[in-house]
Amino acid sequence: MIRVQTEDFDQGAELEQLRHRNKGQAGAVVSFTGLVRDLNAGDTVTQMTLEHYPGMTEKALAKIELEASDRWELTASIIIHRVGPLAPNDNIVFVAAASQHRQQAFRACEFMIDTLKTNAPFWKQETLSECTRWVEPAAT
Amino acid sequence: MIQLRYFASLRESLGVGDEQIELPEGVHNLPELTRWLQGRGATWTSALADQRLHIAINQEIVKPDATVTDGDEIAWFPPVTGG
Repeated sequence: MIRVQTEDFDQGAELEQLRHRNKGQAGAVVSFTGLVRDLNAGDTVTQMTLEHYPGMTEKALAKIELEASDRWELTASIIIHRVGPLAPNDNIVFVAAASQHRQQAFRACEFMIDTLKTNAPFWKQETLSECTRWVEPAAT
Repeated sequence: MIQLRYFASLRESLGVGDEQIELPEGVHNLPELTRWLQGRGATWTSALADQRLHIAINQEIVKPDATVTDGDEIAWFPPVTGG
């Protein structure tokens, strides 16, 4: 299941729904939550605004989830990404994978967040004390 | 008609997020479309010359020499920074 939304999410509620969707087949759930940091490249960040490409972003996330599901035989999975203005310590992204065994769940969760960071059309703009700037992609 | 979309820092540089235009005469692929758009002036010339830009046609990433046809939705954007 994938969602792109402006509102916050509740990890506990999402994990509980994921657990019910497994219908007893999963032995492990691994999740990752991404947060807004208050510091980037040595500067204090007061706000982070997430832009996306409506339509293409959802397709990209669905493709990532499908690939993870195929590769690691997931019983259930979820990707939630927020857009719009966010404050330091806010949730940005939530990824969870459920599988029969923990190894698959760990690897699938890592794959989904890593692939999202390089393939899904989202862009971060930071607000600093004096200006705004677009975040540069991490060097690979 | 073709729909053109620009995102993030590129949208800010160009001052436009999306627009619909008639497929210009003689434009059959992305390099021709880029050259046509760069004919709008210095801002467009320099912004679209950025080799790091990704291009999507109908919401799928394509190679820089992809074919353009009437009805396409074409998007330019800088490297993504989500997550």
